Order: sequence, then C-alpha cells, then structure tokens
Amino acid sequence: MLNRTTLFAAHQKLGGKLIEFGGWEMPVQYTSITDEHLAVRNAAGIFDISHMGEVTVSGTGAVDFLNRILTNDVRKLFSGDCQYSLMTNERGGVVDDLYVCRLSTEVFFLVINASRIAADVAWMQTQAAQFPGELRLTDASHNYAAVALQGPRVKEFITQIIPGASVSGKRVPAVTGLKKNEIGGFPLNNACVLISRTGYTGEDGFELVGQDDSIRQVWDASLAAGQPFGIKPCGLGARDTLRTEVCYPLYGHELDEDTTPIEAGLGFFAALDKGEFNGRAVLAGQKANGTKKKLVAFKMTGKSPPPRPHYPIWANGAPVGGVTSGTQSPSLNIGIGLGYVPAEQAKPDTQIEIEIRGNRFPAIIVPKPIYKKLK
Amino acid sequence: MSDIPSDLKYAKSHEWVRVNGDTAVVGITDHAQHELTDIVFVELPSLGRMLKAGEACAVVESVKTASDIYSPVSGEILAINQSVIANPGLANTEPYAGGWFYKIKLADPAELSKLMSAEEYLGQVGG
Repeated sequence: MLNRTTLFAAHQKLGGKLIEFGGWEMPVQYTSITDEHLAVRNAAGIFDISHMGEVTVSGTGAVDFLNRILTNDVRKLFSGDCQYSLMTNERGGVVDDLYVCRLSTEVFFLVINASRIAADVAWMQTQAAQFPGELRLTDASHNYAAVALQGPRVKEFITQIIPGASVSGKRVPAVTGLKKNEIGGFPLNNACVLISRTGYTGEDGFELVGQDDSIRQVWDASLAAGQPFGIKPCGLGARDTLRTEVCYPLYGHELDEDTTPIEAGLGFFAALDKGEFNGRAVLAGQKANGTKKKLVAFKMTGKSPPPRPHYPIWANGAPVGGVTSGTQSPSLNIGIGLGYVPAEQAKPDTQIEIEIRGNRFPAIIVPKPIYKKLK
Repeated sequence: MSDIPSDLKYAKSHEWVRVNGDTAVVGITDHAQHELTDIVFVELPSLGRMLKAGEACAVVESVKTASDIYSPVSGEILAINQSVIANPGLANTEPYAGGWFYKIKLADPAELSKLMSAEEYLGQVGG
C-alpha cells in the first residue's frame, strides 16, 4: 500500500494522474506537463511536496553535529536562514541532498528526500550515537504536509493566503519580506506554517510546511487567490522538467552513495575548510586533483527523441558515460539532459552523441544551467 | 470522454485501423493521446517494412516517457505520415485525421475480425 498525502482527495478532484514515487502515490500531471511547466515559468504553480521528509535536530551540540555530517557550514546560518547541503558518507558519497534551516540558535529543521527518509534517519541516528554532545534528533516526516508555490507571480498573491507578519525564524512584516533562502513561521488561523523562500524550479517562490489542516487550507486558498494570476496545480512531471532545465540534481539520478558532491559539480556546497566532516579528505583530494567523472549538462543539436536516464553517452566514437536525467525541454523545445562523462570530455562545447534505441544523435555539452531566464 | 469514431476498428493496445479495400491506415486513439499528452516525438516504421500483427513498430515519446506502438494488423508499410514526424503534436490534436501514423497493405484481412468495434473499445476504456 502506497502512502498518500493529505492532499490526495484534492488531486483526485482535479483529475491528477497518479503514479508511484518514492513509496508515495503522487500526481505526475493534471492536464499537461508542458502547460504546468510553462505556468511556473511564466505565472504560478502549486505542487504537493508532502511526501518530502522533515527532521529536527536541536540541542547545544546541534551545530557541531550538523557540521560533522553535512558538507556545508551551518555556522554561516543565522536564525531564519536556510542552505542547501549534502550529507556524505566516509567515502564522500552522497547519503542525501537536503535543505537545512536554522529556526533558532539551537534548533535546525532539515528537509530531505522522500525516497531517503528511512536511510537518512538510520544514518543520522548511527552518527548521533557516536557524537559526544547534547543532541535531540526527531524524524518529524509524519507530522508535516507541504506545498511549493513557484513562479514569478506568486509574490503578487501569497499575502492573500498568508496575511500576517512572521512570529518565528526570520522576522518580517509580510511573507514577501523573506529573501531567498530565508524561513519564518507565520500564523494561519490557529496554527503556524513554516515558510521558506526556496524551491526546486529555478523560479522565485515559497515552500510551506505545516500540519495537514493548514496545508489543505493553503492548497485551496492558493488555487483561488492565484486564479487571476494563472496558477495551475502542477505534478511531479513538471517538477522534474523544471529542475532539469536549471540542472538541480535529483537523488537517485545525479546523486547516490558512490558519487561525490565534487563529481556532481556541487563543490560550492562543500566547505572544505570548516573542520572535519564525513568524507572531507576524499572531497579535498578530488578538489585538488580532479575527478575521473563529471556531471555535465547537454542539449541535443538536431531533431531527435528526447534523451532519457540510462541512455549511453558517446564521445569520439566510443561510449564514455550515461544520461542521468533527460527530457524534452518545454521552455526551449529541444531535448536536454544531465549525465556523467570522463572529466577530459566534460568541457562546454564538446560534441557528444546520445544513443537512443541503437541510433546515435548529436548533442553538445553546455554550461549549467541549461535554461536561464532572460532578465 | 474519449472520441471513438464508429467507422474504425481498434486494438487493445489503443491503435485504430481505417480499412479501405486491401489497405488500412493506422494511428493511435484519442484515449491514447490523452493518456500520453504532450507528444514531442514520433518514430515510424520504414517504407516497405513487413509487420506482423502485434509487433512493436513505432515509438511515441511524450515529455515524460517513450511508449511502443504495436501494429494491429500484418502487412507491408506503403506510406508513413511525414507531417506527424515533423509536427508530433498532430497526434494529440487530430489523432484520427492529420495525426495518422502509417498506411499498410493488409497481408491477412481475416485479422480484422480480431479487432474491436468502437462499442467494444468504449467498453475497454470506460468512456
């Protein structure tokens, strides 16, 4: 039996097409991935992200503990700040990629991938057992539902849904006062919703985490208030095409326990000088000496079927790597993808080929992100 | 509610067949295009290829996934629709007209009796 989010009935009512994802029954699309994708690029979209996991870490040892298990430096965060980070093993491989938010001096809130909740919690508990400091670690995944409101016009109507000032985290007079990567707690009727200015689409937007009742209210209110602005409910299909265009990794595709953040091009999020952390020596070695494989972004250069995960990548007449994510880009209307190739073939403008059902189609390595908004 | 023209024959795998003497035109149904949505690429069999009924002979790619298309009947490919290759969205917008896939010379017209009527297909897709 698959897990269902508190918005399941809402998805059915909207005619969402349901699929299995990470043990959850989730909408992949309502009307069309392309339409939903373009709504987020040009106006607004709302996604159910209740399947994602939440872990709280608190106590006087929280900062040191998180800095020991994550690659980024949590000491850079003031109350109300969030940062993208990676949880690595001793080999520098990625256990999960996540957002860590500092709610107050000793309270941190981690948002983790649905497919990794069990693995992450087990890993963190093992790490905590060896940690000498004072620490409380709680898997709060079942306590929370969540939605993402994404798109350039969200800021025009979100205050109709969340009208007040924040009462915790970053103190702002209105939710639109949050800057990118800031989080605050906002009252909604008699409850509190945690809202961060973050997302997985490359657009401005907010992610809202709260109890089931609150999130159902937010869902209905957003579709009503956003209607004049062109909001659409969006499924996992559009979420995937949006993040692929801006080259955000997806765990299980670009990231796994045998791939390091350096190989994945995420060295920016590894604070190698912050002190010891899991896998630090491996990452430092790779940063200094380079890696064998590198994650690259590519575009198809002619008419071709869309690239898909696991298709072979060829260079100089030989297979050299594989596609990790690929799709037809709804914004650019060409095939795009991400994949691993040897470092010497990873430079932008390198000509490659993607093998699709036995035929090879030309592509070119491009700088990340593949899609960039015109200013 | 899917559009299911009464003058066509249907395969369980959601292809339609329009018979004209000893040839037939094949495409995918309105129900199929609706399920696929956002068709972005169509790969069709080459001219002259001999197909067996039930053989995977074409691929339709939506944004999300690639799906095989199975020939509802056996025979030789006489023509393929270059328009739907150039503009795959035709399979979404006109699945029974401009979005047709290929024309085939029927090798065994008796196979047609194994295909479904519009009424039977409606029963399968549940309206």
